[in-house]
Amino acid sequence: MTMIHLSPWDLGIASILIFLLAGMSWRLRLGVERRVLIAASRSAVQLTLVGMVLKLLFAQTNLALIGLMALVMLSVAGFEVMQRQKRRYRGGWGYGIGAFSMFLSSFSVTLMALTVVIGVEPWYQPQYLIPLLGMMLGNTMNGVAIALDNLTRQAWESRGKIEARLLGGQSWETAIQDIRRDALRSGLIPIVNAMSTAGLVSLPGMMTGQILAGSPPMEAAKYQLLIMFLISGGTGLGSMVAVWLGSRRLFDDRQRLRLDRLADGSKF
Amino acid sequence: MAALRLKAISHPLIRPLDLDIDAGELVFLSGPSGSGKSLLLRAIADLDPHQGEVWLGSEARSALAPPIWRRRVGLLPAEPFWWGDAVGEHLPHGVMDAATTQDRIGGWLGILGFERDVLDWEVARLSTGERQRLALIRLLAQGPEALLLDEATANLDPANRDQAERLIDDYRRTATAAVLWVSHDPVQRQRLGSRAYTILDGALVPEP
Repeated sequence: MTMIHLSPWDLGIASILIFLLAGMSWRLRLGVERRVLIAASRSAVQLTLVGMVLKLLFAQTNLALIGLMALVMLSVAGFEVMQRQKRRYRGGWGYGIGAFSMFLSSFSVTLMALTVVIGVEPWYQPQYLIPLLGMMLGNTMNGVAIALDNLTRQAWESRGKIEARLLGGQSWETAIQDIRRDALRSGLIPIVNAMSTAGLVSLPGMMTGQILAGSPPMEAAKYQLLIMFLISGGTGLGSMVAVWLGSRRLFDDRQRLRLDRLADGSKF
Repeated sequence: MAALRLKAISHPLIRPLDLDIDAGELVFLSGPSGSGKSLLLRAIADLDPHQGEVWLGSEARSALAPPIWRRRVGLLPAEPFWWGDAVGEHLPHGVMDAATTQDRIGGWLGILGFERDVLDWEVARLSTGERQRLALIRLLAQGPEALLLDEATANLDPANRDQAERLIDDYRRTATAAVLWVSHDPVQRQRLGSRAYTILDGALVPEP
């Protein structure tokens, strides 16, 4: 099977749907036509740029350039995690906890996949590294953002209960353990759900892409399975690191609950 | 058992203050609302960042692990929170296993007019007054050597208030615990008779 190339004309036809949607929004006064158009143009520009950058990267296999690209991806993901917090850690922590835990989980799992599982030569071959890392980051980003948001939100709301436990002579780890467990669970639920319905409701995005691009379905299914396992491991590891660091940061060295280390994110 | 001594305790509302409470002594504290009474108690229990040092007998707070300090210097907040479903879950781990502590807690429950099965009750179904009285028992079950009470009897009717006062007084005598009690009730202060201070403009002023 070979890949059927899309012409600009093909994409133009598909984009009529976007204009139709915007028109409908205008006609029904939904008020989202501007946002639809802006988002669609953004995705067009971003994907074209990424396509061009990847073309350049693939042609060179230069470790420094690939590292730079990975760094950009990580910093955007870290920013996104911070954006999604209702209550953010003040100072560098708001950015640092999310970015560090994603770095630790996504990079290590991607590295493992490249060297041990897929066995690419050299391991940093961008055609494999960049999409894999992107998928890892995108999904750990979700898990980490949800878990951290849950942690800080619940800690904020349960101040009285946490302090009551501290006053009862419990350590900070015991006092926050229920909230911690809950936050971690909430971070893992999306990926667990995705795994259990994979293929039944819809084909996962990557598998769809591979099949459209001409891969045999069984090969696509195997790759999808590999990716899902990697993503689950990465999301679990990332959420755990984030929740551990985040809950530690909520207490100081005298085991006091320090909600003053959180800022109301909606103010920014 | 041990005296409670505050050395240069200060936080944003309170200028550095010293206070010595002997073992088994009761000291009342009052002051206009917002004067920092509750914050002072929280500072002593080490719940908020602040300056100063507190001694329990010959032991400095900074030398003790925070959970141990908070167990030994027990704070009863004005609004006690409950984190579990049943009352009994909030008792320190293992106290209901030993027969001696079981009897003690049973006795306290009796003084405050509860049956022992109250430990199986759901917290959500308790009234405000019941919660306040049970929070006192929960605190005493920790076996604190000093007590910090924030409006411990404010929500109680006179009969229950008298019983709670009696329980606190009994505990203070038998455990020779130092007690610092924030109370707005001048009659209560007269009734229990003790040293009393007011917080005015961030300073401790002895009451006549």
